[in-house]
Amino acid sequence: MELNSKIPDGPIEKKWDKHKFDVKLVNPANKRKFNIIVVGTGLAGGSAAASLAELGYNVKCFCIQDSPRRAHSIAAQGGINAAKNYQNDGDSVYRLFYDTVKGGDFRSREANVYRLAQLSVNIIDQCVAQGVPFARDYGGLLDNRSFGGAQVSRTFYARGQTGQQLLLGAYSALSRQISLGNVDMYPRHEMLDLVTVDGHARGIITRNLVNGSIEPHAGDAVVLCTGGYVNVFYLSTNGQGCNVTASWRAYKNGAAFANPCYTQIHPTCLPVSGDHQSKLTLMSESLRNDGRVWVPKNKEDKRRPNEIPENERDYYLERRYPAFGNLVPRDVASRAAKKMCDDGFGVGAAKTSVYLDFANAIERMGKQTVEAKYGNLFQMYDRITDENPYKFPMRIYPAPHYAMGGLWVDYNLMSTVPGLFVLGEANFSDHGANRLGASALMQGLADGYFVIPYTICDYLAESLGKDKIDTSHASFKDGEKAVNDKLKKLLSIKGKRTADEFHRKLGRIMWNRCGMSRHKDGLTEALESIPKLREEFYSDLIISGSGEELNQSLEKAGRVADFFELGELMVRDALNRNESCGGHFREEYQTENNEAMRDDENYSYAAAWEYKGENDAPALNKEPLEFEHVHLVQRSYK
Amino acid sequence: MNFSITLKIWRQKSEFDTGRFVSYNLDHVSPDMSFLEMLDTLNVQLEEKGKETVAFDHDCREGICGACSLYINGEPHGPDRGTTTCQLHMRRFKEGDVIYIEPWRAKPFKVVKDLVVDRSSFDRIIQAGGYISVNTGNARDANAIPIGKTKSDLAFDAAACIGCGACVAACKNASAMLFVSAKVTQLSILPQGHPERYDRVSKMVSVMDQEGFGNCTNEGECEAACPKEIKKENISRLNREFIVSKVKSAFSS
Ligand SMILES: Cc1cc2nc3c(=O)[nH]c(=O)nc-3n(C[C@H](O)[C@H](O)[C@H](O)COP(=O)(O)OP(=O)(O)OC[C@H]3O[C@@H](n4cnc5c(N)ncnc54)[C@H](O)[C@@H]3O)c2cc1C
Ligand code: FES
Repeated sequence: MELNSKIPDGPIEKKWDKHKFDVKLVNPANKRKFNIIVVGTGLAGGSAAASLAELGYNVKCFCIQDSPRRAHSIAAQGGINAAKNYQNDGDSVYRLFYDTVKGGDFRSREANVYRLAQLSVNIIDQCVAQGVPFARDYGGLLDNRSFGGAQVSRTFYARGQTGQQLLLGAYSALSRQISLGNVDMYPRHEMLDLVTVDGHARGIITRNLVNGSIEPHAGDAVVLCTGGYVNVFYLSTNGQGCNVTASWRAYKNGAAFANPCYTQIHPTCLPVSGDHQSKLTLMSESLRNDGRVWVPKNKEDKRRPNEIPENERDYYLERRYPAFGNLVPRDVASRAAKKMCDDGFGVGAAKTSVYLDFANAIERMGKQTVEAKYGNLFQMYDRITDENPYKFPMRIYPAPHYAMGGLWVDYNLMSTVPGLFVLGEANFSDHGANRLGASALMQGLADGYFVIPYTICDYLAESLGKDKIDTSHASFKDGEKAVNDKLKKLLSIKGKRTADEFHRKLGRIMWNRCGMSRHKDGLTEALESIPKLREEFYSDLIISGSGEELNQSLEKAGRVADFFELGELMVRDALNRNESCGGHFREEYQTENNEAMRDDENYSYAAAWEYKGENDAPALNKEPLEFEHVHLVQRSYK
Repeated sequence: MNFSITLKIWRQKSEFDTGRFVSYNLDHVSPDMSFLEMLDTLNVQLEEKGKETVAFDHDCREGICGACSLYINGEPHGPDRGTTTCQLHMRRFKEGDVIYIEPWRAKPFKVVKDLVVDRSSFDRIIQAGGYISVNTGNARDANAIPIGKTKSDLAFDAAACIGCGACVAACKNASAMLFVSAKVTQLSILPQGHPERYDRVSKMVSVMDQEGFGNCTNEGECEAACPKEIKKENISRLNREFIVSKVKSAFSS
């Protein structure tokens, strides 16, 4: 397989402008001749579907929820980055670019990241024009806060509900295009296969989740915006419906999957409290602006947190990283928390959490200000734990949160299957081995509003005048049959254990072996235990109900089936990468101070895995990463 | 301390079938479970016995996506104020409680299955005009128009609506006024929304009526049920906007 990243030449600041000039155009009359399938209505899909429809393409858009407004982007809390430099604190496109490449531990593509930083400023303008109520100061201008891995304030926010407000903005643009007849919207439809003809993406097969009917949809290009896959860990901060199915089925149809082992474990989440738990709730990173993380200096300290005097507390982030303090990047903060707990300093009954303390902030700013800034988060914490965070420090622990890995794409966001584009969290593009806070919203919207409308032309222009393919083509029949067979197979097992139980078990393996830290031995063991568990899944799974109705157990089983296969690929990828970088921490490769130790000589590449069939190992393809602008150094936040 | 409860759950095979309450006993309920985790537990038990699981909508389980929508003991989202079903915890209940669980009941929200309803009418109301017509790429600098903090906070309060439909389920007339007024308020307060201000309200209200939502008779049940505590003052604002839009269209025709 050839990986051509198609990075334009020329100086980095000019690449995108030059590329926009060089790509082929499709004139307005011709745009109407093209049908584009957009799967997903999160920030990436919602913005892409709306923008493409505005340009005149016919768009069909799909999501699994009952309404496009409920995509999981809605849950993003903290904010969105943009290099506006409204604060006059030294921010610039170059600095955002630099912070992002460094934050990603030098495992991303410079040209993509630079473009992302450039486009960040347009996003904020667009959102404000749509009526997104960002936080403002008393002068009526936009306010900013700080996020991890940066020393400037460039994060725009709408209380603790930034994702909601941005998504409702994209949803409103999408709704407008639906009402104009430019988008056909298919909610409660799950894409279960990608259809290719002569190696090009030409459509998808969906299941109508209400009545179970299997439906083919043809298009001139397919744009996947189906989000991230960290629900492979079972417990995560993601919504219950987040899954890898669309990406995975594309992978099995020829799209390379890049860096699957790069997953982000977010430092500030509610700790696991019992077996009944279905998710781990995130406490936004913005809390680290004012909250201080600590554990008691004495392992045996049984006192309540408020009774432990200052000098007997270890503010370990401030101690270890004086320059960035509590605002070190996520991977660093997570590992530090894990280390404190592993070493026996954890707090709470099971000693598996650390304190996030607002006492100083409340003293400094007053309870009211703290409430105005973080009220909804404090309330959420109180509801779940039944503890008042205004009185006692929160107890937090890292949890799976985001997937930096995803389908490999070139500079045009096209995968290795021509005509298949991948946007948002579903692609691998901009965050390297670790994503900085508030950068996913930025990337999803940059991809959807400002990149795909230009780059898709380059592909479509080539197919002008060629024969149209419709759903009567044999490939669609094959696709439908494959989907039906797969569903029947799952329904016919009639064993004893639920998909949820298997998912939980798989999640435990993934978390223990391929989670916050990894070791060759554990990974090797997982390569045996995952297939074994998967065999049990295919012999002992039980699903009640039929395929011809709304059947949430069947939906879940299909997604868990794909998580098994993805899990194995993640482990393979983690085993291949004999270095530590960002969220991928191999215990064998660390510095004296327990920091991640990269091996640039041997691993400065994106690992793009290629499916080779049911019984064969996937093939590894490497896209070498070249750094012309950012100097490769050991990351330091001291 | 774990405890036992009795659930009376509305079961309905599909839109075309009639439904009924079915009773289930559930033991070992932990007070730390969320309400939906309690239902997960029931579903695992049902599935292991080869019985059909109870269908209900949910996704984020953090009170923000608006998917969860259960009518619990006669109240949308259950007994806690300003709380979605997914944020309700079992510590709110005790040993021996009988809990009735139903879907939203309103003519425009037909039942899809069990506790799942069809809320696409809300999407159609937004499609009628719940947006600002600005194509991608047409925006000015974000700070070009300053917006006073009080105003922008007010717009935010209205924009916080999660579109769950509890307001409709709570209202004896199945009125969607709180939902519609939240969007109208957000976009009429912000200067960016002004050019389409009156056209918007008239279109949204007209689709709301077509979808079969009832009139508002000022009961205030919607406000009490809203998990995001959207205020009923928004409805007054909607009424004012609507009247102005009528007057304007009378003069221009
Ligand atoms: C709790 C939380 C808080 C976060 N906070 C922040 C933050 O403050 N700042 C930040 O930058 N990032 C944040 N993130 C990350 C960010 O929200 C996500 O990475 C981003 O929103 C993903 O957007 P997306 O459009 O790629 O995918 P999503 O929003 O997940 O959308 C996926 C879409 O695909 C559809 N879909 C999925 N599978 C299928 C299928 N098979 N068939 C049909 N449709 C399908 C879904 O229905 C949905 O519409 C947060 C994430 C979480 C979980
Ligand atoms: S599940 Fe999202 S609001 Fe309840």
